[in-house]
Amino acid sequence: MTDAPVLSLRGVSKRFGAVQALSDFELEVHAGEVVALVGDNGAGKSTAVKAIAGVNPPDDGVIEWQGRPVSINRPHDAQNLGIATVYQDLALCDNLDVVGNLFLGRELRRFGVLDEVRMEQRSRELLDTLSIRIPSVRIPVASLSGGQRQTVAIARSLIGEPRIVILDEPTAALGVEQTAEVLDLVERLREHGLGTILISHNMVDVMAVADRIAVLRLGRNNGFFDKRATTTEEIISAITGATDSAVTRRQARKREQREASGEETP
Amino acid sequence: MRGARDRDDRPGGPGTGDAAAQEPAPESVPAVDSRLIVREEGFRGYAGEFRRKLRSGELGSLPVVIAVVVIWTVFGSLDSAFLSAQNLSDLSQQIVGTGMIAVGIVFVLLLGEIDLSVGSVSGLCAAIFAVLNVINGMNEWLALLVALAGGAAVGLLHGFFFAKVGVPAFVVTLAGNLAWNGLMLQVLGTSGTVNIPGDSIVSELYSTVFESPVAAYAAAAVGVGLFLLASLLDARRRRAARVPYRPIAEIVLRTVVLAAIAFAAAVVLNRYQGLPLALLIFLLVLVVLDFVLRRTGYGRRIFAVGGNIEGARRAGISVAFVRMSVFTISGTMAAVGGLFLAGQIQSASQTSGGGNLLMNVIAAAVIGGTSLFGGRGTVWSALLGALVIGSIQSGMNIMGVSNAVQFMITGAVLLAAVVVDSLSRRSQKAAGRA
Repeated sequence: MTDAPVLSLRGVSKRFGAVQALSDFELEVHAGEVVALVGDNGAGKSTAVKAIAGVNPPDDGVIEWQGRPVSINRPHDAQNLGIATVYQDLALCDNLDVVGNLFLGRELRRFGVLDEVRMEQRSRELLDTLSIRIPSVRIPVASLSGGQRQTVAIARSLIGEPRIVILDEPTAALGVEQTAEVLDLVERLREHGLGTILISHNMVDVMAVADRIAVLRLGRNNGFFDKRATTTEEIISAITGATDSAVTRRQARKREQREASGEETP
Repeated sequence: MRGARDRDDRPGGPGTGDAAAQEPAPESVPAVDSRLIVREEGFRGYAGEFRRKLRSGELGSLPVVIAVVVIWTVFGSLDSAFLSAQNLSDLSQQIVGTGMIAVGIVFVLLLGEIDLSVGSVSGLCAAIFAVLNVINGMNEWLALLVALAGGAAVGLLHGFFFAKVGVPAFVVTLAGNLAWNGLMLQVLGTSGTVNIPGDSIVSELYSTVFESPVAAYAAAAVGVGLFLLASLLDARRRRAARVPYRPIAEIVLRTVVLAAIAFAAAVVLNRYQGLPLALLIFLLVLVVLDFVLRRTGYGRRIFAVGGNIEGARRAGISVAFVRMSVFTISGTMAAVGGLFLAGQIQSASQTSGGGNLLMNVIAAAVIGGTSLFGGRGTVWSALLGALVIGSIQSGMNIMGVSNAVQFMITGAVLLAAVVVDSLSRRSQKAAGRA
């Protein structure tokens, strides 16, 4: 988080017909940082992600990649820069095995023929470095659990060695243990120096792994929060727009009182 | 033959220690989950693996192999002429036409689609060849190429309407079934039937037999030898790369089974006339296309589109290209099959490609074990399925069963194959393998 951001968006706007889905959106992602993007339904999270991923290019604004302005007009452009996106529906091929899915569209070849040995070797290395536990890399993805499928989808996004990974609701459909697996994996992405944009509805998950939290409300930024200096309540108020509510005022007053009396804030 | 896809990882395989050595991980992470059911070593392990696969519905080629054995036993016991070297040799030639068309159907089924036009297309291409070569006197090789190109063009047209315009493949090819049959009648003109001389290339491709016994044995030996060599090289490379590899005992066992089948076939063929050229071509086509499907990026893309269209698209695969190319393959293989069928009866007539040919080729592909639901299958199912269909027809012909009964029985066999496919898919889902 010391150096310049890998990816930064400034003044990004997107309009769909009569709806201004995103206006003047700002976001910065550094290497080795997990930025959570939160907001209510229709707040513009998906629009923002699609702008970064090249699915729906923005109407206005600047996207900078390592300090250099770039235009991302197609998903391919984003991938070439080093932005990988894991969508909510994963898009894995159930009939192919784990290796087949990891390398789908990017198969390693040897004399023009699929190099299964090297792909299997690299799959195992990749899964090992991420401490992903999959029974076997040669079983069809259909036989994996929801959490394992999610980890395979995330691992697949890493094959192209991206700098930024966008995770769209990675824990939405998962149970407790599987969510824990995926959150562990998000932390490992950070350890490997990747910038991660995490979109989630689940405040517990967000508070567990995010370094910074960007709140979107009605297509606009509604505050950036540092995880260490904020509370779930504060973020929820920013999401709902109730920033100035009875709850926040009471909290602010209590905090002032505690600080005044010299107590340590928990 | 289809082993490479269902290879199992072994516990604590050679890959496990490697990762731990390279990276001083805080905790040692086993590469293999302890909950994974792994195969035990040795033959007891094979038996256990086999039972587990049966229960979870991974039947593979097993039902069709059983079907062949049952059919041959029944017909063989009813009439000894069925299992004679002559009848089995004839059978090996007769299945080629149907089998070739069924190979194209396998490709289409892998996408989860269907091609209902292959019967008409095969008839059309036979008619094109016959009219160009016999009536217009065109060079026979050129006429052959034009006929094949015609099949490819027809397939590409179907693929275009399906992939680019978005018409369901079932409707496009149903329309094609009628339209190409009409075009065939147009091409044949008033005469209706064009006889193809016995020394024509198409007739010779079908009827040539390598009479020297060496040919059949050599073909069997080369096939088995290449299989063994490829298996050993693959195992060595996997071992060097420290990924799970197939133990030598298993390779030997597989090779022995393959050798037994290949040399038994060679002995039977040599007891009659020898190795038919048509069968050799069919086997070569199967080997090449099996390689394309399982070992090339293109084949992987076909399976991906058959498994999850959206997933394939996100991975950067051009779904439209895969679809159009697969229908082109289907049309081309229909042309190849149609030419072999024309060579068999030495004529192209108004009934070419009609009758129950379409049903037979789809039945062959499905009976052989290729799923109607897309994403699962192998080109070898065309051989096995064509063998089942061909055996039933041949056996009933020997016993003088009428066409009426033959149709009913073939229909029942097709239904049985689809039922097996649906049931195995259901139990695969329950066992988390589909």
